[in-house]
Amino acid sequence: MSEAPALKRARPLFEGTEWTFDLLQQLYDAIETVARDDLGLDTYPNQVEVISSEQMLDAYASLGMPILYRHWSFGKRFARDQRLYQKGLTGLAYEIVINSNPCISYNMEDNSAALHTLVMAHAAFGHNHFFKNNYLFQEWTDADSILDFLDYARRFVAACEERHGLLEVEAVLDAAHSLMDHGIFRYSRRPEPTVKELQERRRRIAEEQERSYNDLWRTVPRDPSRPEPTRAEIEAKERRQALHLPEENILYFLEMHSPILKDWQRELLAIVRQLAQYFYPQRQTKVMNEGCATFVHHHIVNALYDKGLLSDGAMLEILHSHSNVVFQPEFDDPRYSGLNPYTLGFNMMQDIKRIVTDPADEDREWFPTIAGTGDWRAALKDAWQNYRDESFIQQFLSPRLIREMRLFVLTDQGDEPFYRVADIHDDRGYRHVRQSLAGTYDPGMADPDIQVIDADMKGDRVLRVRHTIRDGIPLDENDRDMTLQHLQTLWGYDVSMVGVDRESGETVYETEA
Amino acid sequence: MRHFIDRRLNPKDKNLGNRQRFIRRARDQIRHVINDSIKNRKIADVDSGETVDIPTRPVHEPHFRHGSNGGFRKGVLGGNKEFTAGDRIRKPQSGGGKGRGKEGSDNGDGDDSFQFALTRDEFLDLFFEDLELPDLLKKELQDLEATKLQRAGYTTAGTPTRLAIRRTMRNSLGRRLVLHRPHEEELEEVQDLIDRIESGGDPESDEDHPDLEALRARVDQLNRRRKLVAFIDPLDIRYRNYQPRPVPNSKAVMFCLMDVSGSMGEREKDLAKRFFILLHLFLRRRYERIDLVFIRHTHQASVVDEDTFFYSRETGGTVVSTAINEMLSEIERNYSPTEWNIYAAQASDGENFAGDSEFCSDLLRDQVMPILQYYAYVEILDEREIELFANPQVGAALWRSYRGVAAEHENFAMKRVGRPSDIYPVFRELFAKKEA
Repeated sequence: MSEAPALKRARPLFEGTEWTFDLLQQLYDAIETVARDDLGLDTYPNQVEVISSEQMLDAYASLGMPILYRHWSFGKRFARDQRLYQKGLTGLAYEIVINSNPCISYNMEDNSAALHTLVMAHAAFGHNHFFKNNYLFQEWTDADSILDFLDYARRFVAACEERHGLLEVEAVLDAAHSLMDHGIFRYSRRPEPTVKELQERRRRIAEEQERSYNDLWRTVPRDPSRPEPTRAEIEAKERRQALHLPEENILYFLEMHSPILKDWQRELLAIVRQLAQYFYPQRQTKVMNEGCATFVHHHIVNALYDKGLLSDGAMLEILHSHSNVVFQPEFDDPRYSGLNPYTLGFNMMQDIKRIVTDPADEDREWFPTIAGTGDWRAALKDAWQNYRDESFIQQFLSPRLIREMRLFVLTDQGDEPFYRVADIHDDRGYRHVRQSLAGTYDPGMADPDIQVIDADMKGDRVLRVRHTIRDGIPLDENDRDMTLQHLQTLWGYDVSMVGVDRESGETVYETEA
Repeated sequence: MRHFIDRRLNPKDKNLGNRQRFIRRARDQIRHVINDSIKNRKIADVDSGETVDIPTRPVHEPHFRHGSNGGFRKGVLGGNKEFTAGDRIRKPQSGGGKGRGKEGSDNGDGDDSFQFALTRDEFLDLFFEDLELPDLLKKELQDLEATKLQRAGYTTAGTPTRLAIRRTMRNSLGRRLVLHRPHEEELEEVQDLIDRIESGGDPESDEDHPDLEALRARVDQLNRRRKLVAFIDPLDIRYRNYQPRPVPNSKAVMFCLMDVSGSMGEREKDLAKRFFILLHLFLRRRYERIDLVFIRHTHQASVVDEDTFFYSRETGGTVVSTAINEMLSEIERNYSPTEWNIYAAQASDGENFAGDSEFCSDLLRDQVMPILQYYAYVEILDEREIELFANPQVGAALWRSYRGVAAEHENFAMKRVGRPSDIYPVFRELFAKKEA
């Protein structure tokens, strides 16, 4: 386990399970030394908060955030979690960590000293480093301002409730929450111009058009083979251009263009949308984030043990928890509920380290850029910085790991009475397994593809929405209709939805609300 | 650098606002559940919390999501043992998507139920809603502990009005003794001596002259010491301490009398039960121990347990006086009026055997009311009949003869009830009464 045998072993920092804040500080310092000097991690300043189990349930209910606006759905979540916890059906997480600057992590008070060690290494350094360095988080989230934003959101919602009534606010939030998954910019972070800037830009465009108008263009002859577009067609095109359609960020579209919303309602949509955007990177990096944190805690506690700072008992307890975290039941086990992101992530990180330091021939062939380069710290940090789950798996899942985890691809063609095993861990299968696994971690592929395609503000004001059906997978109709109702509430006029098959382009269904 | 913050002492119930919103949202469903559960609960534990099971529909959060069936899907699983590419695996018969576990709903409507626990307060709130109790009363009923301040020793902190002078002075005296605070007499004595020497009036003390300086120094020293050791130091001060203690610790017995002949249907019994529950809640607030005695009657009466009382059906005529007699003999056997506060609640549909009503009112007047704290009678009517019987003077024999009793006894209440909200007025007197 150790990199180099420790020359002299220090005395363990603690025996037994009791902890004090002084001990936590000592542990923190010891962990920090390894994290900085050995691993070279780059983290936000840490703020570790010790909380009770009830507060942990609170934090669960508010999406893991320290403050959040009020809404019944959080109360529902709390009621459910509380019941499950009190019945002993679920345990609570050892920690929750928030992507903020300073990085806040919550530790449960009933953790033992050993668990606190594990949790601090995991959250305060592993996750923290990932939050600070991964490109998705850098590009999409503002760690500096998230707490201020949440505080603002809470006040704003409370003020709205006071001024406009609970039910009014609830109606908007309900609708906005139902569209939360469609309140995300997936591919680029759109600058968010203020209304003033927008007006200014429109004015400049109009000016420019006036100035560059040249009557000569009218006289240029047309291609006679193409029919002249009708006036209606031109208008429709211009209209869609003006509204930047098609638009997949439905909440953003409503916020900007809904004909009926008042300013405070638009602001509520903006709040929900920004919250969704804040969580989006986490959804895309579950495997990597947990893999990174698990790898980091594993490395750090081993280093501490080698230095003699952890007693044998503490180390055993830590290893026990660690193996619980990375436990992966097999698919036919009743406990199986999909691949455990901790396991997959941790295994891949360990595997990268192996490839870099001790590659087999197969690895040299598959990973020519990193195999045998020796500096596993640099290779891992580069991976943590520049990938998300989907691309990370695509890039780094090795044949050896596929064999070890005995991964296989199962396909399900809806109307057939059986599943097919498409690929397994063999030469023909490696690439397919890797490709398929990567695909399952792409939220862009997992979420239904739904876009606003048209809205004729001068005409019937019907909001037209298109669902592009991938692989013939339908929407849940009950939910779809209820969500359309919500959409209709926010739009104020009729909403129509078409389901179009992506391959054939055929319209599969049409529905209205 | 401080990295750690102890949040454990932060206020709890951060989620209270969310929870209230959630319960408001699901109110109708929860109330439905509560109404059901009132039927199934024992009167005495009606106000413990409750795990409720409500349909998810009103608290469902819809979003665009893929259905669980149909289309072409692909998944990667781990732990392959025997499969090779191209193998086929038969789908489980029950349908449902792969790996989806228990997600399929049982009635196909997506109406899975959502379970959570209601606290006692929330439960009572919703229970009171139908009964239309005045707000102040709701609060009183919910405050389980009626408390009274009771002396409990002394403390070092408090308001001036609670200053315990004797104790303070005793402390002060002890401290002064131990620290040797000079007495005023001692000071005066020395001062006198000085005065006398200075005035030269005392020739005997001529020899002491050289000591005048020493005596002055002594006065200074005494004065300094008196200043140093104060007469009353903050250390001495004590306040009388009070602590809240739950009050009345006496016991009560509550008799529930009900007609269980065929004419009492489920609705009638449900109303009767609410009536009993309310009285019980009220009594619980005032008495530490409450016995419940259930007496049912047709043409004969018997003491039964709660389940039999509400659920078993009897056939036969209706002779109300049998129940009253049964109550009297039960009182004689087990509940001596000198030891017990006796309450009785009677529910009936107003029918009685011809001629028995007069007998009942005589019994009540002569034997029952003198030993009872309170007697509440409800006549449960069909909702449509309520209008017909709006005039309290009109009624069947039992009603008319009871009116006679009510006129004579202040602690006899009677009311016709068609809806839950009609029940409370029966107790208005009871609740309005100042606690003695």
